[in-house]
Amino acid sequence: MKKVKYRHSAARIVFFSVSLFFSFNALLLAQEAPQDSPLSTDEADRQETVQGPQESNVEAPTSGGDEAAGKELFNTLCAACHKLDGNSIGPALRGVGDRRDTEWLHSWIKNSQALIASGDEHAVEIFNEFNQVAMPPFPQLSDSDIDNILAYVNAPKAVPQEQQAGTAASGDAAQGGGGVSTDILLGILAFVLLMLLVILYLVNKTLRRFAVASGVELPVKEKRAKPIWKSFVENQFLVIVTAVILVLVGSYFAYGWMMQVGVDKGYQPIQPIHFSHRIHAGDNQIECKFCHSSARVSKTSGIPSLNVCMNCHKSISEVAEATATEEYSKEFYDGEIAKLYDAVGWDVSQQAYTGETEPVKWIRIHNLPDFAYFNHSQHVEVGGIACQTCHGPVEEMEIMYQNAPLTMGWCVNCHRETNVRTAGNEYYEKVHEELSKKYGVEELTVAQMGGIECAKCHY
Amino acid sequence: MSSNKKYWKSVEELKESSSIVETHSQKEFVEEIPTDEFLGNKETLESSTTSRRDFLKYVGFSTAAASLAACEGPVMKSIPYVVQPERIVPGVANYYATTMADGFDFSSVLVKTREGRPIKIEQNTMGTTGANARVHASVLSLYDNKRLQRPLANGEVVSWEQFDREVKEKLNNVNGEIVLLTQTFASPSTSKLISEFSQKYGNVRHVVYDTVSEDAALEAFQARYGRRALPSYDFAKAEVIVSIGADFLGDWAGGGYDAAYAKGRIPKNGKMSRHVQFESNFTLSGANADRRVTLTLSQQKAALAALHGYVTGGASTSNLPAHIDDALVKAARQLRKAGSGAVVVTGIPDVDAQALALSINEALGSGVMNTASPRMLRQGNAAAVKQLVADMQAGQVGAILIAGVNPAYSLPFADEFAKGMANVDLKVSFSMKNDETALLSDYVAATPHYLESWGDVEFTTQKFGLMQPTIRPLFDTSQFQDVLLRWTDNNISYADYLKQTWEGAMGAGSWIDALHDGVFEGTSPFTTEVGADQTATSVSFDENAAVRNLSAAQGEGLELELYTSVALGSGNQANNPWLQELPDPITRASWDNYLKISKADAEELGLENEHVSNGALNGSYVNLKVGDAVLERVPVFIQPGQAKGVVSLALGYGKKEGVQKEMQVGVNAYPLYQDFNAHQKVVIEKAAGVHEFACLQLHTTLMGRNDIIKETTLEIFNTKDSHVWNNMPEVSLNHVETPVTSPDVDLWDGFDRSVGHHFKMSIDLNACTGCGACVIACHAENNVPVVGKEEVRKYRDMHWLRIDRYYSSEETFEQDIEKKENMSGLGDSLSQFGEMEIASDNPQVVFQPMLCQHCNHAPCETVCPVAATMHGRQGQNQMIYNRCVGTRYCANNCPYKVRRFNWFLYNKNDEFDYNMNNDLGRMVLNPDVTVRSRGVMEKCSFCIQRTQKTILDAKREGRAIEDGEFQTACSSACDKGAIVFGDVNDESSKIAALSEDDRMYHALEYVGTKPNVMYQTKVRNTSEA
Repeated sequence: MKKVKYRHSAARIVFFSVSLFFSFNALLLAQEAPQDSPLSTDEADRQETVQGPQESNVEAPTSGGDEAAGKELFNTLCAACHKLDGNSIGPALRGVGDRRDTEWLHSWIKNSQALIASGDEHAVEIFNEFNQVAMPPFPQLSDSDIDNILAYVNAPKAVPQEQQAGTAASGDAAQGGGGVSTDILLGILAFVLLMLLVILYLVNKTLRRFAVASGVELPVKEKRAKPIWKSFVENQFLVIVTAVILVLVGSYFAYGWMMQVGVDKGYQPIQPIHFSHRIHAGDNQIECKFCHSSARVSKTSGIPSLNVCMNCHKSISEVAEATATEEYSKEFYDGEIAKLYDAVGWDVSQQAYTGETEPVKWIRIHNLPDFAYFNHSQHVEVGGIACQTCHGPVEEMEIMYQNAPLTMGWCVNCHRETNVRTAGNEYYEKVHEELSKKYGVEELTVAQMGGIECAKCHY
Repeated sequence: MSSNKKYWKSVEELKESSSIVETHSQKEFVEEIPTDEFLGNKETLESSTTSRRDFLKYVGFSTAAASLAACEGPVMKSIPYVVQPERIVPGVANYYATTMADGFDFSSVLVKTREGRPIKIEQNTMGTTGANARVHASVLSLYDNKRLQRPLANGEVVSWEQFDREVKEKLNNVNGEIVLLTQTFASPSTSKLISEFSQKYGNVRHVVYDTVSEDAALEAFQARYGRRALPSYDFAKAEVIVSIGADFLGDWAGGGYDAAYAKGRIPKNGKMSRHVQFESNFTLSGANADRRVTLTLSQQKAALAALHGYVTGGASTSNLPAHIDDALVKAARQLRKAGSGAVVVTGIPDVDAQALALSINEALGSGVMNTASPRMLRQGNAAAVKQLVADMQAGQVGAILIAGVNPAYSLPFADEFAKGMANVDLKVSFSMKNDETALLSDYVAATPHYLESWGDVEFTTQKFGLMQPTIRPLFDTSQFQDVLLRWTDNNISYADYLKQTWEGAMGAGSWIDALHDGVFEGTSPFTTEVGADQTATSVSFDENAAVRNLSAAQGEGLELELYTSVALGSGNQANNPWLQELPDPITRASWDNYLKISKADAEELGLENEHVSNGALNGSYVNLKVGDAVLERVPVFIQPGQAKGVVSLALGYGKKEGVQKEMQVGVNAYPLYQDFNAHQKVVIEKAAGVHEFACLQLHTTLMGRNDIIKETTLEIFNTKDSHVWNNMPEVSLNHVETPVTSPDVDLWDGFDRSVGHHFKMSIDLNACTGCGACVIACHAENNVPVVGKEEVRKYRDMHWLRIDRYYSSEETFEQDIEKKENMSGLGDSLSQFGEMEIASDNPQVVFQPMLCQHCNHAPCETVCPVAATMHGRQGQNQMIYNRCVGTRYCANNCPYKVRRFNWFLYNKNDEFDYNMNNDLGRMVLNPDVTVRSRGVMEKCSFCIQRTQKTILDAKREGRAIEDGEFQTACSSACDKGAIVFGDVNDESSKIAALSEDDRMYHALEYVGTKPNVMYQTKVRNTSEA
């Protein structure tokens, strides 16, 4: 019975490892190839485009104020109600200096209500135009501060310059360059191999010539009576062994194929609204649980309700030029925001809710089967696990996809390897003390806590 | 020999060498087939775009493509709120306190809601009346598929505007009296509203109708205390309880007394209450009594009169049989001794009897009965209802508004009512169903369920409850009070009206506090009583006359007692499959009502109950005749302990309208409820046919096996060592008697369970009254399916928790054990074991809630071939559905028979058309528990979803868990405290103390399974002195 141990003969193990090696190689190559290059070029693109407007700003004429300081002030004090282009709660401010004189603007900013009360014609007009929403007074701003802000808002809009085309071209070039270099490398390799073959052939030829010349008898290969395949077929033992190996290898791969049935790793459906986690979680660094707030307390992380979106998008109706990528234009993104407005019933021109709502039917990506219980708050809040551990680099995902296989093996593995965050949690005090003594360890894994018992997730 | 017969088709064939025959014999078809025309024409053939081959290709491709496409997983949508309500977090339950008040059941409850939909009812521990099985099941009635969804006018769906307009116009032009016929609302705000309605329209009469009447008790109370109410009782204070025909653990006087009763039943410092029950029908109260005496209904009256004499010390002569008289004398002695701790209750539907019970309690100086703060939960007036029907027939009623009651079904004179309805011009019914009464009405106002309504309930004159909506109305419904407000041209909603009514009357607390708690103390802001005679008659009660009347009661022939069953009560929730499938605690039969009859009477009448080959129960039919009313084909159930000469039948069954076909079971006993009197004279005759019962327990006796249930008397419990009455079984190891709990005699290795949580459950057989609330709570919590009558009959019920009921075959269980132990030899045991299978004529009863015992050494775990059941470190025996392949070895190997197999798919299956088969009914499912599929085993999980949640909450808040936080559905549903659940590794916990209690034992200890469920030995107070 001890023989059982050696059921896998050495030969088969070798065969398996070889085949495995090749199969993985193939996979790895397949995965690496498409992913790497576009991402890196994206990065390059973004940097370029970010730089673009800044440079142009420097070139723009300044009007007696520090634009950079003004921008900062504008973003902290004004941006909640004003946009440079387009009305929000208050009017668009770009080029406001052309419309009103600086003195008027100063008194308005310092105390708009006083100005309205004084009966100033323009002030009353603008007050009425914007639904009589009073602008808070800013007595803390010095005159120079206001000048700075005005300098910033009076700066003409940075024209999307030809430079962009240039960057795109250079991006292309860079990409092309990358392609060429690998081609060249491959070409060189092929050439070297070819040369080697030629050299070998030549050396062989020369040696034979030497042999003939020096009268050495060359061993002449005897022609086989039978072709090799025929003798193989006649050797029953070999045939059986080969058949067995083929069956085993076949079933190994068949098993592997069947195990991926129902595993939707990489599932990336097209959503009704193109929501870019890259922009929100990546560029703007919004914390995951800012929107997915129920992950803290609930078993579900919760898809944010539309009123959560509107907390910000009430004033963000369009993306910055810099946000647009090669693949997705600014118009595209703005259109997606418009879809949100349609769903939530927000009339941009009136800046008011119409009350006509249409819930968004997102397509669910992460689906656990009904018989598995998973609780986000247990992992996120108690365990302190980063969202990315399971969901992958969400902050880089333009389109959300399923990063982990979400199989039981994947869960259990993590439970075996991860330590429970017991420090500072009174609940764990007693059990940690007793269990760590029992197992003789400092840190306890989830499994040691009983986290791989079936009914912890299946009930 | 070959025959030379010749068969021919036509005469032509008979001719020799006919050319026609010749040509046709070579041809398959007579006519020319135009193949050449088609194939020969090359052009057509070539121009045709689809060849046969192409066609096959397309078919093949599309089939393959379709099947490949079908391999795709389904696309699931996830739709968030547009504007998320502030308090709703998906995946987190919210709890709201509210009050159930359907006219029969009144109870303060907590409602668990998930994503805005109620999924479970929990006890409100601050409330006065606990939640029984029906209250727990009421959440499913919210999702009743048969509910009315819109208001109807003459059978047509109309809008509420039109409905209001038409009815209001007719009310304004009504010719005759306007009558409001309602259930007991016990709602001060509703009373106020009705009085405003009366003022507006004038000539309004309000008649309160209780389906099951407490008229006698109300009259007696009113005569003595000047108020139409019922005394309230605190049975926790009681030392001696004597009940004559009152099922006070059931629905007597509004029910809800069982929790307080159970408190007095747990022996503390050597003391527990003594309970003597004199009754005819076998009730829950009788089953829990220390001494139960059976007597006929007329003897009940005489017994009460005699008891009155014995207690007050007056001259007493009773003609009762000696054993009853003796029991009465002893009971009276104990009552007198207990003084203020004594109480006498009676369920005799007779004013004299009720008045006498009040005067006995007064004479005793009973502190259990409270008349200063009486119960307001029954206000029906039988005489007024009778008068109303007479007036309707006389055509004096111009309009009738019926709310919350279904008189066309539940009135004993329903036919007369229907005739009367024909004489009324305007008939409006406020109903959740298109029931019998709604069908007789012109206008049917669809009303919401109590979980969608506002309201207030006056439990007692000091204690109140608030009702608040826990879900947005599912349908286009409007509650009675809102409609009345609109009809009185009051533009505020009932919610605001309610708030206004209570302004300043709420005592110390605020409105928000009261809404949060669901209960509050105060004084009613509107005290004018409804339905009562305003000039309260202070009739001087003639005690002597009452005693004379009662003593003179003579019983001839058979008597019938009508009662309400634990499952259906008055029948308000007849369309609730959970309740239909809840077995009666005494008979253990579900999906039916039946005539309970004593064995002696059954033999006399030639009635039979027999067990058929598949183990199910069949019974005879009888026809019942009460006065003029005849009820045909009533199944007969032979009930041990039923008084000879008395048969009993449950009300509330046999409803047809607004009830799904599967649930139209039983017979309607209301036609026999004549004069609203539950006690009737009856004539029985056998009818043809055999009835099929769905009874879950046919083996009824314990056979003297005290390893399942241990019990002792208070005397022995107080005086003897626990080894005497709670001994540990022993086995012989090397000829040394060793306790079975010793590791030396164990097949299995033990595990160290001292670290972390270790859950155990203790069930106190003294506190368990068998009410069944836990069974329903378990159903709701764990998505337990309903399987229907046919399947229950095959014992394929899915109850994770059942309440076994055992009878003694001798008079007491003690005598059973004695008999068993005194048997010697094969002959003895053959004959006597046979005898012991038959329950006694007046048996002792014990209830044992039986659920998965979560054995530490579980026999089921070792036999599972796929390891689908295994043990958790926290003590649970875990059952993993997705791993189970359905061999059922585990169920075979379970000594407690608590595993349940899914023989069929019970959800989304038309064969099992209960709540899991429709979208509405599935809304009650608990999203945290898997809905099981066909072919897997399931069983009690110790509510692991609840313990896991408790643990997670503590982890998240970074704190240790306190005792009492761990609960299962059954333990939190048990307001009697019989089921206690907790972590035994927490030394300070209640469960840890209970596991060390002298009364603690495990069921079938000798099997060595080491269960985590413990039972506490039942103690009976048998002292007669």
